[in-house]
Amino acid sequence: MLPLFAALVAASTAALIFAGGLVTSTGSGLSVPDWPNTYGWFMWAFPMSKMVGGIFYEHAHRLIASTVGFLIVVLAAWLGRVEPRRWVRRLGYLALGAVIAQGILGGITVLWYLPDAISIAHAGLAQIVFCLTVAIALATSPGWTRGYAQLPTSNSQLPRRLSVTDDRTLQHMAIVTTAVIYAQILVGATMRHTGAGLAIPDFPLSFGQVIPPHWDAKIAIHFAHRVGAAIVTLLILATAGHVFFHHGRRLELRRPAILLLLLLAVQITLGALTVLSQKQFFINSLHVVNGALVLVTSLALTLRAHRARFIDAGSTKQDPAYDDSQAARTFLPDDARRAKSGEARDERAGVRA
Amino acid sequence: MTRRLNLRSLAAACTAAGLLVSCGGGTNQTAAPAGSGAAAPAAAPAAIDSATSATVSGKVTFAGTPPAPSPIKLSSDPYCQKANAGLMTETELVGPGGAVQNVFVYVKDGLGDKTFTTPSDPVVLDQKGCQYTPHVIGIQIGQPLQILNSDSTLHNVHGLPKANKEFNQGQPIQGMKTTHTFSTKEVMIPFKCDVHGWMNAWIGVLDHPFYAVTGADGTFSLKGLPPGTYTIEAWHEKLGTQTQMVTVGAAESRDVAFTFKGA
Repeated sequence: MLPLFAALVAASTAALIFAGGLVTSTGSGLSVPDWPNTYGWFMWAFPMSKMVGGIFYEHAHRLIASTVGFLIVVLAAWLGRVEPRRWVRRLGYLALGAVIAQGILGGITVLWYLPDAISIAHAGLAQIVFCLTVAIALATSPGWTRGYAQLPTSNSQLPRRLSVTDDRTLQHMAIVTTAVIYAQILVGATMRHTGAGLAIPDFPLSFGQVIPPHWDAKIAIHFAHRVGAAIVTLLILATAGHVFFHHGRRLELRRPAILLLLLLAVQITLGALTVLSQKQFFINSLHVVNGALVLVTSLALTLRAHRARFIDAGSTKQDPAYDDSQAARTFLPDDARRAKSGEARDERAGVRA
Repeated sequence: MTRRLNLRSLAAACTAAGLLVSCGGGTNQTAAPAGSGAAAPAAAPAAIDSATSATVSGKVTFAGTPPAPSPIKLSSDPYCQKANAGLMTETELVGPGGAVQNVFVYVKDGLGDKTFTTPSDPVVLDQKGCQYTPHVIGIQIGQPLQILNSDSTLHNVHGLPKANKEFNQGQPIQGMKTTHTFSTKEVMIPFKCDVHGWMNAWIGVLDHPFYAVTGADGTFSLKGLPPGTYTIEAWHEKLGTQTQMVTVGAAESRDVAFTFKGA
């Protein structure tokens, strides 16, 4: 039940980011001048009939944010009660702290008339909250706790040319890729909140040339986002290529690598359409939330590449889920039976007891 | 025991979150008028002598083919759609003979250190039919600006000055009035409603009464000027600004024409 709830919280955080993207894309950030009230009403008592124009986007964002905040409170408390791994519990508390800080930033940015720095920080912290909820969902997922299945080989020998545990190259590549994607999102947020989204009005060229023929601060930040996109593309191609070549049978790595490539293609398309459509608000917001999905997919790949490092991390007891022989095992029909019977869960319960 | 502690922790976390949320309120006070303590004139206000005062008048025209106003999509608020169906953009209103409406014409320079009495009558900016009326207005430092919501829908009045203090005031109830004063000269201050993205207005804040906004016929008149040489500026939100020097003697009238050209 906890893994399902954690996944629900992560999904709701993605929805919240999309709602936040709509607020900025429609220019509705100040359509509700007060906070935490809405035109003097208690937030949840504000009449639906009055959710018109920009209020619809801003107030809906506040309602969704409050709901997500409540879900994260429940998640943190739940983890605090049942989760044996200290680092996972800490992730829950961190997510709770981050979402409270995020709510305060959101309020401050309204009361202070959307100062760029606060709005960019609000956008950046949103991604951190999303990363934390995804990390919790991943860490509590059955695959993580029981060990991931692997594609069977045509011969009897396991294709462990490089084990995940030992593949420092993949671990470093994944970390760098995730960090650069986050930096790229921050550059994108800066571009959005400083009104530089159409500073270069054409795509893929810039004023008809590869390099902009003239510069100002807005053109520079916009062009930096395009250069960042190229760097992110190369890093994702390299990381995914490494996974396919060296860990082709590890589904827990191959799947996020494939997803990363798909999301990257969608993201570049949405970025181009954002410019070509003159920042059509829906396309623009999809670009924001898809960027967040690229980030958390890369994060999932990174965490899975480092999974063996989490053995016993922060816990005084050994969890059988982290038996490295299980982490690298081939998929056996018996696994399905184990999963169904809850045998693995019983093992963990035994350890806790 | 563990369960009890954890439930307590949950309650404490909720309470803390609630307190943090509730501590940040009070925006109505925050968005109070920026220049409520408006500066009083340092010297005695100059009296306008009607016997010697001069007049600068004229017309603002547009040369070329003016852009046609475009319809505004009001579907995001059913009230607006019903109240003002067919509303068109006001950014470039050019009438017969190229007359340009909504040009703010004012004395930019030439008055020296003279000070003038601040009127106590408010300038009214109305929100009616999801549209600011008038679209362009002038006001003096310290003169009350009365912002009225004549609509039975919510508006927020968001002033975005650079020299004065930014403010954002919600007006959720029909008939609501907000009074605001400005403390510093500023041409022009944009106003907008973030609820209805198409609503915008412009306000010119001056330390003297010599300003006018062109009507549908493009004409303006600056009356009561002391004799002297002045820089007259014509400002338009889309077409930009133009300035002209003009010298007027006692009880003299001079005509000044401004012509904006299309892109």
